[in-house]
Amino acid sequence: MNRCPEIITEYMHEYLDGEILPEHKNILTVHLKFCADCRQHFQELEKSIALVKSISHVQAPTDFTQKVLMNLPKEKKKVSVKRWFSRHPVLTAASIFSIFMAASLLSHWSGDDFSVTKNPDLVIENNTAIVPEGETVTGDIVVKNGDIRIDGKVDGSVTVINGEIVNGESYMASAGQVTGDIVEINEAFEWLWYQMKHIFESTMNMLTGKEK
Amino acid sequence: MDEFVKSRIKQVRKGDQNAFGEIVELYKDKVFQLCFRMLGNSHEAEDISQEAFIRAYINIERYNIDRKFSTWLYRIATNLCIDRIRKKKPDYYLDAEVAGTEGLTLYSQIPASQLAPDEEVSKIELQEIIQNEILKLPEKYRAVIVLKYIEELPLLEISKILDLPIGTVKTRIHRGREALRKQLRHI
Ligand SMILES: [Zn+2]
Repeated sequence: MNRCPEIITEYMHEYLDGEILPEHKNILTVHLKFCADCRQHFQELEKSIALVKSISHVQAPTDFTQKVLMNLPKEKKKVSVKRWFSRHPVLTAASIFSIFMAASLLSHWSGDDFSVTKNPDLVIENNTAIVPEGETVTGDIVVKNGDIRIDGKVDGSVTVINGEIVNGESYMASAGQVTGDIVEINEAFEWLWYQMKHIFESTMNMLTGKEK
Repeated sequence: MDEFVKSRIKQVRKGDQNAFGEIVELYKDKVFQLCFRMLGNSHEAEDISQEAFIRAYINIERYNIDRKFSTWLYRIATNLCIDRIRKKKPDYYLDAEVAGTEGLTLYSQIPASQLAPDEEVSKIELQEIIQNEILKLPEKYRAVIVLKYIEELPLLEISKILDLPIGTVKTRIHRGREALRKQLRHI
């Protein structure tokens, strides 16, 4: 351009980068005062930067994000279910808790053997627990895979799983002889259990990431 | 902001595309603008910025979560732009539509930069002229100029985006400024 030292142009760029040392800045300032060519050069640099900066900011098209999402590789199904769970943490905790509770409770009764709550006043005959006439059994009775005949009285609840109350009449008739609740669990129980197990397993598979 | 981005990225890594949607919303304008100023037309800019986000999603495992996400994203976008510029054939380039000027090509833009100095130049025309002058820069200067003066990024971040030593970035900015000075001084 002229006879001016190259270093002056370098100082201009240092200045424009915002990284000029004070002594370089002094040299540059003094030189620009005396040299019209370099002054013009410097002004042109500043002007071109200002022009580039002046071009307005542009925005992505409005449907940009949807387009990106549409073109992503397919999301795995389990993720959307997981996301649902993570967005509904209370419901998730409650449902998982109740599934676990039900499953663990039910698993206690999963055998086929006859069993009955231990009570010295109960008489056992051929898979049937008998509350003898004139006797009062104190405490709750649970009979599993067998029946119960209540000739006496029960001071507590009676639960029969996979069995029934055999008094020659409907168990409702013996309600007066039992102070607590009478519960019979048969087909309905099994159906529920089946359902629970099913839900439980698929939930576990989903949470542990196993595919079906 | 960084914490928010980190938490979204952890979700994206689990495959959550909605979380990625939030990331796209945050950065789409910046990335689109970078591509638009690098490439000079909105169709290509949209193509390339779409691809940048899709690549970021596919390669999200490779992103180092302790670094700045935008740096990584800009790097993907810048590299895609530079690739596209290199693949462009000159004739296609001249026929390409320019910055918000539907129907106009670079051919019809050329007289605009030859306006007499005292003639009133509208703001839109001026923007087109500047955009065209940026597009005339070789891509290595164009990238640093766009990152520095349009995206307004610090030199250190530009050096990370381009994976170049900071000294090289400075040299390119200096040369880019000198080229622009020669192109723009008569406006
Ligand atoms: Zn001088």
